[in-house]
Amino acid sequence: MAFYSKIPRNIINNLKSKVGLWSLMKQSHGTCSYSSCLNTIHLHRFLPLTTLPQFTNPDSISHKKGHFPHFQRFQSTTTEKQIDSVPNGEQSQVLDFPGGKVVFSPEMRFLSESPSVYSQCYRVLDDNGQLISHSNFVTVSEEVAVKMYSNMVTLQTLDTIFYEAQRQGRISFYVTSIGEEAINIASAAALTSDDIVFPQYREPGVLLWRGFTLQEFANQCFGNKADYGKGRQMPIHYGSNKLNYFTVASTIATQIPHAVGAAYSLKMDKKDACAVTYFGDGGTSEGDFHAAMNFAAVTESPVIFICRNNGWAISTPTSDQFRSDGIAVRGQAYGVRSIRVDGNDALAMYSAVHSARHMAVNEHRPILIEAVTYRVGHHSTSDDSTKYRPANEIEWWRMARDPVTRFRKWIEINGWWGSEAESQLRSSIRSQIAERAEKPPVNDLFTDVYDNIPSNLREQEKLLKETINRHPKDYPADVPI
Amino acid sequence: MLGIVRQKMLEQSLKKIRPAVSVLRSYSSAAKQMTVREALNSALDEEMSADSKVFLMGEEVGEYQGAYKITKGLLDKYGPERVLDTPITEAGFTGIAVGAAYYGVKPVVEFMTFNFSMQAIDHIINSAAKTNYMSSGRISVPIVFRGPNGAAAGVGAQHSQCYAAWYASCPGLKVLAPYSSEDARGLLKAGIRDPDPVVFLENELLYGESFPVSDEVLDSSFCLPIGKAKIERKGKDVTIAAYSKMVGYALKAAETLEKDGIDAEVINLRSIRPLDRSTINASVRKTNRLVTVEEAFPQHGVGAEICASIVEESFAYLDAPVERIAGADVPMPYAANLERMAVPQVIYHFSLFSYNYQYIYTHICIYMHANTHNFIHL
Repeated sequence: MAFYSKIPRNIINNLKSKVGLWSLMKQSHGTCSYSSCLNTIHLHRFLPLTTLPQFTNPDSISHKKGHFPHFQRFQSTTTEKQIDSVPNGEQSQVLDFPGGKVVFSPEMRFLSESPSVYSQCYRVLDDNGQLISHSNFVTVSEEVAVKMYSNMVTLQTLDTIFYEAQRQGRISFYVTSIGEEAINIASAAALTSDDIVFPQYREPGVLLWRGFTLQEFANQCFGNKADYGKGRQMPIHYGSNKLNYFTVASTIATQIPHAVGAAYSLKMDKKDACAVTYFGDGGTSEGDFHAAMNFAAVTESPVIFICRNNGWAISTPTSDQFRSDGIAVRGQAYGVRSIRVDGNDALAMYSAVHSARHMAVNEHRPILIEAVTYRVGHHSTSDDSTKYRPANEIEWWRMARDPVTRFRKWIEINGWWGSEAESQLRSSIRSQIAERAEKPPVNDLFTDVYDNIPSNLREQEKLLKETINRHPKDYPADVPI
Repeated sequence: MLGIVRQKMLEQSLKKIRPAVSVLRSYSSAAKQMTVREALNSALDEEMSADSKVFLMGEEVGEYQGAYKITKGLLDKYGPERVLDTPITEAGFTGIAVGAAYYGVKPVVEFMTFNFSMQAIDHIINSAAKTNYMSSGRISVPIVFRGPNGAAAGVGAQHSQCYAAWYASCPGLKVLAPYSSEDARGLLKAGIRDPDPVVFLENELLYGESFPVSDEVLDSSFCLPIGKAKIERKGKDVTIAAYSKMVGYALKAAETLEKDGIDAEVINLRSIRPLDRSTINASVRKTNRLVTVEEAFPQHGVGAEICASIVEESFAYLDAPVERIAGADVPMPYAANLERMAVPQVIYHFSLFSYNYQYIYTHICIYMHANTHNFIHL
């Protein structure tokens, strides 16, 4: 009671309303193995920083008698009855609402549109690849670290080769992942091969990690006979059943509810696996993102939402995309645990995704990871980003913040890598791709619309072949019938 | 991975439910009556019990027993994991159901009416219909979208549109429109077992209607083929092709026409995509005249497609132009008298027209009291 008299009444009232909400929040979370991270985030949201050190056990305030603020007491009997009937002799007035008990407050207080402190960003390696002291992270073996690094370099090289191919007119379209190699590879490394991936389109690194060869990437981009997609999709729309990577679709954010549906099914089948979906900052504006997050929380599905917040949605900067403090804060609005991570720190990404997977699978809960990064390349080969952002900004992120160089420094510090290994790796990658291959045959135009080809399509196919046979000169010679 | 698992599951489940149907055929028992609602409910129940991968999803399908009570009793029987009450987000739950179908389970998604499916249409078309093709057969989508379609009674413009033509225009989807209880049972079972995405268009006003069902229909392995129309009434003077509720209207009109000596053949389309062009063409080659009936808006509708098919394949057999009867080309009004005027109706009047083949169409038009007049003069 001593500190009650020292602190002015209005501060107590402020704190009561916030603390009441905070204790409600604590109640609804149940067991939590990462509670220290959780508490930090919640306290930042609800209590002003200045009073933080003084309230080590905020719960004690609301339960003590005599702390109830003495405002105008209504004289009607109904109010008094309400107070008497509140269980546990608690003095605070509580509404028994279908969603749960809500603490009243006579203080009209709006929740601020922006937090007093921006949500913290988890990072483990500094810009020079040195481990930050007192960092907690999931340890990575030399083998895994070296594999991660080589995959990151392979991804960079792959991007350069195909980008150049598009510029030379050999493929029609390409999307690079420059600047986001750590997100791609580190997240893939932290998952198992049973985890089902629902990508947007800037995550070929996940497929690469799982074993998609450079030749297979090329087949899809060139739309040749060996393409698993039978030449039906634009370049970069990769997919692989075998590697649990769902085919890329051009529609934005539609993969997010798909992932939740698959996660729900995994839970029904009691599998030791989760669904993982990737999307950009722009994709979070879609209605599908909202519905999927909400649904995932309600159905308690084991799904990991990884948002690559790279600052740009084609030419739309994040300030024109949303006004929230990024994406991680939205998790709480849906009842989804979330974290903000430095997307260019491969070790931090690995740790976050590893922990997220553990929680998703064992606790049947969705997790949201906001990986903060920068889209160094253009949106795609149809875009010239120097038209809407300064070229020196792009250069700075490319050189000073390159996630690949940063991780390389760390593995070199550990003695796991050297310059010989580097040059060997870089020269071996280029030699892996062949180019000239046949186009898919004409009957691939008609198959797979349905499980079994219907009679009208069979007829159309027959008509087409007859037409080709009648006018062979009008038909390209290098396409098989 | 997915394809193989799906195939095996399908085969196994089909093997489980095949008692000797031929034994039942020899019985000519008195026909039982069954409402369309009971037919749908029993079909869902049997398919869910035969295949544990089938699950239901939609607004109010669980605790509320279904907005139109189609899913009554299923939550109690199969539990909340298999009968999922969803938040109000058609786009959300359709996306989620499609994701589950990608994984390999078989969702049956209920839209409270197909009008609300417009909020989810991106997932139906881009995520469900096109995926098998775009993934070159590696990702199949064994999903069923069902719910009431078309006009009900006094529900206004945003609850009364018919979406048969919209979905039937998209390759990759199968679109079914049952009329009777037999249709409802057989087609829903066929749709659930089908590995392709199916849009199943029911009708709210038919839910309570009772139809006779034979023992064969009541059998749990009963299934109707997708893509086959049924000739509900044989005739020789004119073909009337209709689907869903309009089949009932066409049959009533045929009865009235019979009194005037006009013998109409009524075709129940059952399947809008794939359309049973051969049955319709064969019928028109016999009768030489065609009237199509639908409740939907006339432009770019199912009647238009049927007309094109006949003109392309049986032009020489037509004795008169094809007549389309459709709903009025206006958003559905609410007032009862206006609503009645906006959809085809059957009016039982004695014919005042001379018995002349040239006037057969006028007969049927007036009997059906459609707004083809409004439509023809456009």
